[in-house]
Formats: sequence, structure tokens, C-alpha cells
Amino acid sequence: MLIIEAFSDALVSGLIAALMAVVNLLPDSVSDAFQYAFMQRALLTSVLVGAICGMLSCYVVLKRWSLLGDAISHAVLPGVAIAYLLGWPFFVGAFITGALTSVGIGAIERNTRIKADAAMGLMFTASFALGVVIISKLASSTHLMHILFGNVLGVKHSALMLTFVASVIAILTVWLAYRPLLLYAFDPQQAQALGFNTQIIHYGLILLLTLTIVASLETVGIILVVAMLITPGATAHLLTDRFKIMLSISVSIGVCSAVIGLWLSVVFNVASGGAIVLVAFGFFIMALLFSPKQGVLMRSLRHRTGHRRI
Amino acid sequence: MKNEMPHPVAAIEVQGLYAAYQRQTVLENINLVFPTGKWTAIVGPNGAGKSTLFHVLTGSMKALEGRVNAFGEPIGKHRRAGQIAYMAQREAIEWDFPVSVWDTVMGGRYGHMRKDALWRRLLPSRWHHVRHAEAVHDALVAVDMREHAARPIGALSGGQKKRVLLARALAQQASILLLDEPLAGVDPPSEKLILAVLRREREAGKTVIMVTHDMPGARLYVDHVVLINRFIRGTGTPEEMLSEAKLAELAVSSIEQTATDRQTVPAASYSPAQG
Repeated sequence: MLIIEAFSDALVSGLIAALMAVVNLLPDSVSDAFQYAFMQRALLTSVLVGAICGMLSCYVVLKRWSLLGDAISHAVLPGVAIAYLLGWPFFVGAFITGALTSVGIGAIERNTRIKADAAMGLMFTASFALGVVIISKLASSTHLMHILFGNVLGVKHSALMLTFVASVIAILTVWLAYRPLLLYAFDPQQAQALGFNTQIIHYGLILLLTLTIVASLETVGIILVVAMLITPGATAHLLTDRFKIMLSISVSIGVCSAVIGLWLSVVFNVASGGAIVLVAFGFFIMALLFSPKQGVLMRSLRHRTGHRRI
Repeated sequence: MKNEMPHPVAAIEVQGLYAAYQRQTVLENINLVFPTGKWTAIVGPNGAGKSTLFHVLTGSMKALEGRVNAFGEPIGKHRRAGQIAYMAQREAIEWDFPVSVWDTVMGGRYGHMRKDALWRRLLPSRWHHVRHAEAVHDALVAVDMREHAARPIGALSGGQKKRVLLARALAQQASILLLDEPLAGVDPPSEKLILAVLRREREAGKTVIMVTHDMPGARLYVDHVVLINRFIRGTGTPEEMLSEAKLAELAVSSIEQTATDRQTVPAASYSPAQG
């Protein structure tokens, strides 16, 4: 155990040193905010969370899983509460209830006449309600607020390590299973005809989503994590017609909004989760206006010149 | 990939198949043989279970009962070997998806790429074995879409989209081609091209199975016709099966069946005049 701890310490300080090398290139007025250890931990967590949320959001957007992302993120709450009750690490409980709820949604959808959206709404609100009830019984309201809205400035070393491990797992999975995931998102029946096990891909993707949500808990919180799972991917979708480019744009937007949002939250002393999501939304608005192909501005310009030619 | 000699066993054999969507039976007691190296058309009214049969053959739906063999073995084995190519209906595809024509057709190679060396599998598709790129190139040339390879799929016309889906199935170089309505809603030049490509595939020894509404096309090209409407309503040569009398019978069967199912008259039923 000592070795693992020493290793994780070294790893984190190495990553932070690398990040700070970049940050120190920025003007002092910006980099000054990041001189404290808690800010550096927050920065590293935000970068990781922004990256994996951005990556997963491509699949969420293309697969129309926005509501499922919302459902899983809410379903994580009772897990956190129960883990708190039993003294487990919170991510274990979160992962279990998140995964259970998504399996439950699938079971209702398949075995009854209830449609997918109703099944999701039903399961995640029930799960969330259970979480609220448990937490109201045993913890303070600030604790609840931190889970719901994130508390990135208070990220501890253990939580940072969890986020790091989750990020490595998520990135490796997407890399190794790049083609099955792409084919499954694009055309599941073709994937099945080629002999890929779409059940495993389906639940694997859901588990990956749950993992990402759990890893993002401390940064943006349960309520706002779904924004990070939709906005970067949706923005990137407006900007490109290539999946790999979409992935990289989406990851960049995730990282940039996490970092900028974190900085703004310190400078203006506002909630960091909210600031991060608003910055991401700002990127989306920019893309909506200025995207070369899908942008509102460019379209109306093209429309006008088209008329003039006639 | 070499084409084997005409196989003594059936390319696909379906035995006692039952399939249902949420307790609504769609296919009942289906026993079918698709001969190897032949071109078969599956004909039936809307809702007759043609697509469901394909869902079972591609494995995206589980049958309630029954068995499906390919070349005398469970079909799953041949799926994993990349020997079953599937061309989806145009409506089943998300055309906004951010992929190019080339990448879409490369999707047909993903099954074969699993057999490549591990280090190659960790790299992007273009670093894979050159035979994958060659197969994609050949398939795009065959459907006359090579010059559109770099375009996003969303920018294509209806007929071009169909040709890209066909190219994806061709790129797989499978021994069995399953095509769901390959001729629905395509312009006449595309239709001519698709039929020519399929005839060439059949001549190369491939087994071609297509669901179709296109009676004239089926009459001209197909070797074998299966009439289906929940049950098998007949199998045989196009001359026998696509006669006016036989098709009228099929249409009547659908009206009777729907009437007994829902106690109502169907809004739209199949008429042979459509063909």
C-alpha cells in the first residue's frame, strides 16, 4: 500500500508540474490564481474531467443518449449516500446504483409497453428521490450541495486519483474499442451482422458513461455533469463532418471550458461547476453563429449572396 | 479472398423459425432454403416480416424458436468470420453522422480487421493492411462512387446513399449478401447500376438475398423467389411466384390475416399492380 501511495503521489505531482509548466507561460494575472496546491489539484481534475466528458459526449450526442446521461447522473446520488452510510468509498456506491438504474431502464423498456423516455424518467427520479431522502436523514445540506453541484476547489488527493484512473480507463477503452464503438453508434445492425457482440458494446458504453459521471462528481456535480456530456459533442458536431476531428474538437472544448470556467470561478468568486458549464455553452453559441457549414451567420450570408446572384 | 466452388449445402437454411415483437408474432414456422450461388428475392406486403427475417439473419433479433444455419453450421460462426454482408435500408442510417463515404465503406472491413495483427488494430484504419483499402477502393469503383470518397455521407443524393451502402456490403467480400430493399426509392441509373453489380456478384459465386418491392426487376434478374406473409406463402422460380394470380393470392392473404389479427380492414394492403 505504501508503494501505491508513494507512486500515486509522484504521479500526481508529476502531472501537476507538467500542467503548471504550461500555465506559467500564461500572463501572471492568469497564472497567479494557480499558485496554491488546492488550485493545482482542481486544475488537474478539471482538465481530466473536461477531456473524458468531451470524449464521451461525442457518443452521447450521436447516439441520442442525452436523456440517458441525465438519468445515470441522477441515479448516482443514492449510491453516494449509501456508500457514505456504510463507510465505503463514494464512487463504489455511485457506480453500483448508476449501473443498476441503467440496467433497470433497459429491462422496463424491453419487457413492458412503456417507452424509453418514460422508463428513464421513472427510474432516475425514483433513484434520485431515494438519494435525497437518505442524505436528508444523515448528512448536512452542504454535503448534499457539494454532491449536487460539485466542489472542485475542495478536491482531495484520493478523489483526484480516482478521476485519473477513470480517465485512463475511459481513454484506453475508447482507443482499443474505437471501431466497434464507432460502428455501433453509426449502425448497430451492421455491427451485429459483422459478428460484434452489440450487447457487450451497449452495456460497455453505459458503464463507461457511468464511470465518467462518477469521475466528474466532484468537479461539476451530478446536476451539471450532463451538460458536459452534451455541450462539447454538440458543439463539435456543428463544426465538422469527420468523427476523429469531432472527437478532438470535443475534447478540446471540454478541457478549455473546464480550465477557463475554473479560473473565472476563482476570479469572480462564483460556483465553479456553473462557471464551467456556462463557458462550454459559450463555445456552443459561438459555433452556432460562426460554424462554416452549420453556422447561422454563414447560412444567412450564403442565402443573401445566393439571392444576389439570381 | 477466393470464391469457393458452388457449395453442395444451402447458403442459408432456416428451420422452424418463430419471431415476435413484444408478443406480436411476426414470423411463424418459417422453413426456408436459400441455395448457394443463387439470387433470391423475398417478396411480401408491408409488415409481412421480411425485415424481421433479416433482423434474425443478421443477429440483431433473437428468434423465439428455430434454427438458422449457414453452409450447414450455425450462422453466428459465419457472421464472426465476416461472411455475412448486410445492406441496411436507407431509413435505418443516421445520415448526419460525421463520417465520409470512404470511412462508411471501410465499416464493411471492421469484421476482417479483428484478424489483423494486434499492433495494427491499435492504429487508425489507414495504417491497416493495404488489402482493406483495396477492398474499399474496388467497392467504390464498382458502384461508381470513387470520386465521392472524401465527401460526408450527409451530402449525398438518395441514389448515391444507396450505392454507398451497397459498396459497404461489397467491401466485406462476404459469401452471402443480405440486401434490405436495395432498389427502393433510387433513380433509374442507380437502379440499373445496382442490379448490374448484384448480377456480377452472383456470377462470381456469391449468394444474394434481397427483400424487394420491385417486381419487374425481380422478374428479370432473380433465380428464386420467396413469397412471405407471416408464413411462407410459396417458393419457386420468378415465373411461377410472380404471376398475377400468385401475387393476388398473397395480397388476399394479407387482408385476411390483418382482418383476423385486428378485426379491422387494413389501411394499405399490397397489390400486385404496385409492381
